[in-house]
Amino acid sequence: MAGVLGGLPDSVLQFAYLIASVLFIQGLRDMTHPRTATRGNGISALGMFIAVAVTVLWFEILSPLVLAAALLVGGGIGAWLAVTVETTEMPQLVGLFNGFGGGASALVAGAELVDLTATGSGLPVGVTATAAIAGIIGSVTFWGSLVAAGKLHGLVGDSPVSSNVGHVIKAVCLVAALAGGVALVVQPGFAGGDLVPSYWFLIVAASILGIFLVVPIGGADMPVVIALLNSYSGLAAATTGFVLNNTVLIVAGTLVGASGLILTVIMCESMNRSLTNVLFGGLGGDDEMADRPDIYEGNISETSPEEVEMLLDVADRVVIVPGYGMAVAQAQHAVAELAELLEADGVDVEFGIHPVAGRMPGHMNALLAEADVPYEKMRELEEVNPTFSQTDVVIVTGANDVVNPMANTDDSSPIAGMPVLEVGEARSVVVNKRSLSPGFSGIPNPLFAEDDTSMLFGDAKASMQELVNVYKENR
Amino acid sequence: MTFVQNLTLFVLAAFVGYEIITKIPTNLHTPLMSGANAISGITLLGSVVVAGSGSTALATALGFVAVVMATVNVVGGYLVSHFMLDQFSQRGK
Repeated sequence: MAGVLGGLPDSVLQFAYLIASVLFIQGLRDMTHPRTATRGNGISALGMFIAVAVTVLWFEILSPLVLAAALLVGGGIGAWLAVTVETTEMPQLVGLFNGFGGGASALVAGAELVDLTATGSGLPVGVTATAAIAGIIGSVTFWGSLVAAGKLHGLVGDSPVSSNVGHVIKAVCLVAALAGGVALVVQPGFAGGDLVPSYWFLIVAASILGIFLVVPIGGADMPVVIALLNSYSGLAAATTGFVLNNTVLIVAGTLVGASGLILTVIMCESMNRSLTNVLFGGLGGDDEMADRPDIYEGNISETSPEEVEMLLDVADRVVIVPGYGMAVAQAQHAVAELAELLEADGVDVEFGIHPVAGRMPGHMNALLAEADVPYEKMRELEEVNPTFSQTDVVIVTGANDVVNPMANTDDSSPIAGMPVLEVGEARSVVVNKRSLSPGFSGIPNPLFAEDDTSMLFGDAKASMQELVNVYKENR
Repeated sequence: MTFVQNLTLFVLAAFVGYEIITKIPTNLHTPLMSGANAISGITLLGSVVVAGSGSTALATALGFVAVVMATVNVVGGYLVSHFMLDQFSQRGK
């Protein structure tokens, strides 16, 4: 017995999958411009709907109630999370969803193996090998994403740790997972048959590996981790497609794999660090910094919102550089209001956004868009750097390492060679920060001690709001 | 479908993905991630088949959990991207 559409030739199903694949590709193409991006997302969702609907109608469904219940529960949870989430919690939510996709892939591959053994169809090498890969990638994605989301949500400590014990555990788990995979391929019925124990052994090992991979990675490196796990969840889906011989799984999974990988590479290049260094390096927290002379001593000038207002009064061009501090304080609305006020008074205002500012790729852009900042105002590093010399005032809010000139001047610093926003070129710089404490890299920032720099101490939201109020009073 | 045919698809899709994704501006990287995320929920197809047709209770149970997880991924991912993209496109007016 087959499903509702089961009487039709197989090519109909394949054709529906082709349509879905084309819709996914077109959906991503529309993402290349903000104007068409919403439509693109819709097109991609339509592709997903077609693929799922045809699949449900095509295959023999022995337990339609189980399936319907699962779809309703999953859809309900997903919609509820999406509707209730705050913009500031977006990185952890994206991480969480990611993990679910990877986890599902691992489970599907496992269920398929269990099913094949139970029905006595045997396990061909092509199936077991790809199932092993899907299981490893899927489990690493699931647990890695959970830890990443936990870190972003503040449930797991987000300081970087580098320990040799950790490296050993990772190596042992990887070897164990691979051994499980080999056992699965060589001897599918290994140790007692139906339940495919070697697969579940592999899942446990890969799960521990996923946890230990992400736990030591610091909060500011999360953009790389989230992008990489995104790539993995796609690859897990693609390999599951190999297990099930499903074309649309392969195409869609590969697209996501490519997308995540490209974002990962962009993030790494923006920090001038290799992926290996991000994953295994454990940056920051070095004691050697304590030996350096205190560069801040006597060189820090503190300012007030009133003084900043006077600077802004005579400015023709202002660039605002946001960082993770803006996201933490939820200062994006105050910042956007300030930009709007300045703009209304004829000041040229732009935002200079570093690719790794925040906790996921494009984090600052998403926050500013939420606060109604036009996307034409958000400038990338290469675009905005040449304009700083013609800029009167730069306001840095909640950012540190991404404006640290030591990246260009000190070859021994941990951020050497990292492209930074050269805000020092501007006539004056106002840095809004809670204290002089170092950023993620653990090094001091000579920018703060420069003559043209003044410090506006305080929480980003409170400071920006006060600045807005003072500016309004003096218009 | 043979393994090599599957591999052909994989390689071609990787090239298409590379060409398209490199053209997406930094502005849209967050919605791209959550949108791509939703697409990776395509593994739901596999889950649906396994959950609905599992010949053993274990396979059905695994399939059930997989369907729930994949659906959360798909529905949540598309909705989150939609809300975010809405905020970007409002600026045009």
